[in-house]
Amino acid sequence: MSEEYSVEIVNPEKSFLSKNDVTEVVVPGFEGEIGILKDHISIISFLKPGIIKIFSKSGEESFYVNDGIIEFKDNNLSILTSLILNLKDIDKEKISEIQKSAEEELNKSDINDQEKYLLDQKLEVLKSIN
Amino acid sequence: MASLDDLKKRISSVKSTQKITKAMKMVAAAKLRRAQESAEKGRPYSDKMNNIILNLSNGISDIDNAPKLLSGTGEDKVHLCVVMTSDRGLCGGFNTNIIKKAKLYFQKILDEGKTLKIITVGTKGYDQLKRLYGDNIIERISFKESKNINYFDADKVGKIVIEKFEKKEFDVCAIFYNQFKNVITQIPQEQQIIPLKTSEKNENSSEDNYEFEPEEDEILSNLLPKNISTQIFKAMLENSASEQGSRMSAMDNATRNAGEMVDKLTIEYNRSRQAAITKELIEIISGAESL
Repeated sequence: MSEEYSVEIVNPEKSFLSKNDVTEVVVPGFEGEIGILKDHISIISFLKPGIIKIFSKSGEESFYVNDGIIEFKDNNLSILTSLILNLKDIDKEKISEIQKSAEEELNKSDINDQEKYLLDQKLEVLKSIN
Repeated sequence: MASLDDLKKRISSVKSTQKITKAMKMVAAAKLRRAQESAEKGRPYSDKMNNIILNLSNGISDIDNAPKLLSGTGEDKVHLCVVMTSDRGLCGGFNTNIIKKAKLYFQKILDEGKTLKIITVGTKGYDQLKRLYGDNIIERISFKESKNINYFDADKVGKIVIEKFEKKEFDVCAIFYNQFKNVITQIPQEQQIIPLKTSEKNENSSEDNYEFEPEEDEILSNLLPKNISTQIFKAMLENSASEQGSRMSAMDNATRNAGEMVDKLTIEYNRSRQAAITKELIEIISGAESL
């Protein structure tokens, strides 16, 4: 029996990535990292800023996401995100840019705790990449 | 009758107009292909988003506590209309069609004694609406500077809408845009985004049992604002494809009309030239005869 299932990552502009030989995907769920294997129960969850890791026959890939929603159903994983970057060909400048805007956002006084939490997360992840 | 020189000038001016319209048509055709492509590429995201929201809203047990964005404020007094038009003209009936559709809706709202608020996206819509509904326009947005439609622009509009909703500035929100069917046909659309209409419930999706992490309501309250941006983004993509399509057919017509005009003017020019020659000949002959 094969241990593979399919994953599709979509952002608003296009279908970013589609694979059907993945064995495990680790996503930064809002309440902690979730590793998804084949025949996982149907799940809907949303993501905090972090790294998505995709393990497949052809190797391992990592992506940075800003936010997102995942839906897993019938061995199909859909990830919807507004911003996704492949860590392999990442652009240092772009990262610093996002980092800077996040810092600015954090310094605003009118943000609530949840936003603050998300921004802190974002900065932490970005720093670890850079 | 116009003199030969005048005719010549007119012909050349019509010809250069034709050159411009032809070039605009070509540009629109090239842009249309790109716009259509990105509209198609954007579809999976909004479709998936819709699906997830449908699944979620079916799973919600406590309707009374459902997020306001889904169920509405329970009132129907203030309507916010987001009218999306282009930033440039010369695109046939594109903007006029949206405005016409929007005006019908506005009239209905005002006749029912409700309050109307308008946000215009794109400068052309503002130009056409400011005379009649100038007092109702609360915000005007234009993305003239951004070359391509991107999600972040849509997100900006979405955030404005949500901010106003949270401040309880309106109860119902509808967006107006043109749906792209093909180059000749664009259908003006009116779509209600707040409260979300979930009338098209899928029968097949209601049976699924999902695990939610965190709770349904929490996911929904995070997802719904995103959905609004997504819907606006989708409308913007459809709109840009429609705009280019509409411009292409308008410019095609203009080029054809200019061609007809050149033909007519050329005939007139040739006729008057021939008349002048004949006149001169007669003068010469009658002059020779009298000698």
